[in-house]
Amino acid sequence: MEIIKLLIVDDEPGIRSGITRVLRDFSVSYPFMDEPCGFEITEACTGEEAIDSVNNNLPDIVLLDNKLPGIQGIEVLEYINRNHLDIVVVMITSYASLEIAVKATKNGAFDFIPKPFTPQELRSSMETITKQVYFRRITKKLNTAGKQIRFQFLSVLSHELKAPLNAIEGYLKMLQEKQFGDNVVDYNHIVDRSLERIKGMRSLIMDLLDLTKIESGTSTRNIVELNLINIAQTSIDTMKPFAIQRDVDLYLNSHNALLFKCDANEIEIIFNNLISNAIKYNKEGGRVDCFIKEKDDCYIISISDSGIGMTEEEMEKLFNDFVRIKNIKTKNISGSGLGLSIVKKIVDSYNGDVTVTSIPDKGSTFTITLPKN
Amino acid sequence: MRAKPKTVLIADDDMDYLYQMKTKVEKLGFEVITADNQTEAELLINSFKPDLAIFDLMMENEDSGFILSYKIKRKYPDVPVIIATAVTAETGLSFDIHSEESKKWIKADLYLDKGIRSDQLQREIFKLLKV
Repeated sequence: MEIIKLLIVDDEPGIRSGITRVLRDFSVSYPFMDEPCGFEITEACTGEEAIDSVNNNLPDIVLLDNKLPGIQGIEVLEYINRNHLDIVVVMITSYASLEIAVKATKNGAFDFIPKPFTPQELRSSMETITKQVYFRRITKKLNTAGKQIRFQFLSVLSHELKAPLNAIEGYLKMLQEKQFGDNVVDYNHIVDRSLERIKGMRSLIMDLLDLTKIESGTSTRNIVELNLINIAQTSIDTMKPFAIQRDVDLYLNSHNALLFKCDANEIEIIFNNLISNAIKYNKEGGRVDCFIKEKDDCYIISISDSGIGMTEEEMEKLFNDFVRIKNIKTKNISGSGLGLSIVKKIVDSYNGDVTVTSIPDKGSTFTITLPKN
Repeated sequence: MRAKPKTVLIADDDMDYLYQMKTKVEKLGFEVITADNQTEAELLINSFKPDLAIFDLMMENEDSGFILSYKIKRKYPDVPVIIATAVTAETGLSFDIHSEESKKWIKADLYLDKGIRSDQLQREIFKLLKV
């Protein structure tokens, strides 16, 4: 049960206890709610008491009578809005003149319940109001979560971007200080390493651009019907030089045209990232096998390698941003840590699924399921 | 007869930074033993006592450097520990070692920025080793 805090402000004890009785065991549920919403009720008999109560225990909803002995309901409403309190205020009054209605709406009252009302009228008003509170809560939660994820991403990103800069800067300083004397040849190692770090940084930036394109939405998306086999072949051709360099053989084992409505760039990124991983984390003389099949309403792409494989624990974190599996076998393999997270984001945007199976020292298989529509 | 050179343990998961630090420290006349991750550094700590240790902060864990300095101080309370980091500038996280509360659990003797110059590094190391 999700708890909604409700404050009832009315100087007539009969009205307060009446509302409490009706709402005490009442709960609101909609299909989009994870669990029904119930009410935790507090009562106040004056405007002053209401303001105290609002300050001590912030309610989600205030049912507010206008005609009160001291300060008026409308002043309580003004107080709530002046202090930017996140409360849905509903006026209950039998003196709901047009003037008060206008004033209350201006001050941010969400709704009116005219007095007298039946229990059923009260309950149906509360359903609408609760829906409003529920949406506010969800929006708030999503905003906070989004900000946190964004902050984490930027923290790690700045670390990943600065690390190569620091390394290159360090090497340049060594060069400047002539740490190894005057012979240029003695600096080969540090020049090679600097170039390697620049290469790593460039590929990180390329991956980031891919990621930005995906996350910024559909503006540049060009969905047309394409043959998946052709996209796979293009990717394999692109990766061939890298595979030769690593002494790994690439095989495309499916040949019949399979037409899929998609954006060519996005699907190519999937193939490029998975195939380049399959080469990178392979062994000398190893192989990469790519299969594309049609099954029911889906296309199934699988890319298997005969490489170093992973443990269960390593597989679990694999699809997150900037995750790189660090162990003795991957020590000298460079990467941005974004490739698989990009694959996952693209596959998600097609309502598809990506899974991995792996055996340490035998190899890994990545399987992607893409629904045809 | 010359005394045996003092040994410095350096742990960093960035192979280039490790290499650069190793080169700098060797130039100062020390013997250097390196580890490129926290686990390896822990094994090394268990097998020998260095005269000084320099740890990167973020390795397998984002507080690997703290864990290592805690462990080495428990085993060899007299070994000075330097944590080399650029973590404040990079992430906005800040660990203040000067407040009393953080001194209690952060066992490092000194924090150094990763871009430190050789002569500054020399001064700091010699100060810690009282040479």
